[in-house]
Amino acid sequence: MVTGASSGIGRATAIECAKMGAKVIVTDRTEERLNETLHQLEGNGHQMIIADLNIPEDINALVEKCPALNGLVNNAGIVKGKPVGHLKLEDLQDVYQINVFGVALLTKGLLRKKKMAKGSSIVFTSSISSYITAAGLSIYASSKAAINAYMRTCAIELGTKEIRCNSVLPGMVETAFINSVFYTADDKQKDLNLYPLGRYGKPAEIAYGIIYLLSDASAWVTGTELVIDGGRMLK
Amino acid sequence: MELTKFIENFAGEFDHTDASVFTADTVYHNLDEWSSLIAMCIASMVEDEYDVVLKGDDIRNARTIGDLFNTVKAKM
Repeated sequence: MVTGASSGIGRATAIECAKMGAKVIVTDRTEERLNETLHQLEGNGHQMIIADLNIPEDINALVEKCPALNGLVNNAGIVKGKPVGHLKLEDLQDVYQINVFGVALLTKGLLRKKKMAKGSSIVFTSSISSYITAAGLSIYASSKAAINAYMRTCAIELGTKEIRCNSVLPGMVETAFINSVFYTADDKQKDLNLYPLGRYGKPAEIAYGIIYLLSDASAWVTGTELVIDGGRMLK
Repeated sequence: MELTKFIENFAGEFDHTDASVFTADTVYHNLDEWSSLIAMCIASMVEDEYDVVLKGDDIRNARTIGDLFNTVKAKM
């Protein structure tokens, strides 16, 4: 199951998992775009479940509707740029609800209902901003740092159930995030200079890392943070 | 909504630029202290004080503080 599957990394992950033969459950809060993802999936047996991770009842319904899972990609997330001197409680709540609380509650629900199969894998989409942040990103970056710590705790607790937990830390990826309000062409050029590979990532390039962590190729890997950033962390 | 107060609020987001620099005709993109962070602070100030959500283009397209005042006024 992939959350946040109606666009960006989530959509690419669903598409690439389907290409590898997985039966994929895609979930997100917007039906139209999620339907577009569903129609792009190769093979049969895929399923779409609408759920808003802001709403506890939706999370519970999602848990009830989904079958036992071999893999979960906790990918849904939002970004909100606010200077630290201007942020409000509702900004924190908006971002943390999706990026942290929704992730923790969905994971808990799936575990309580025994929906994570023995030998399954949970992958969290974090961000390199949890380590190297930038002006305006305090809420988003701290939410992703919270996910890193949450993931490591899950890895310790769920090891006995043979459930592995890992995260991917993408650098800047060409998604709608980039077109956020205050990111100018000049800002982008300066930022690109910090990428040894000279470009931003593509959603599929993050999906390949997620697939590695979902698959048995990473059977002895748990609690890790896989950086996929075109070398950005080196600078 | 008053222009003088708007200019005062605008100037309040700067730390190193003298308050006397800020007038309705100030081309804010040319100020040494102008940055994407200040742009974000201006947008947040406008949202807090005037309940108007500015887009990046609104701030990019306005030339002077007076232009931005008019943009905000039009969205109220």
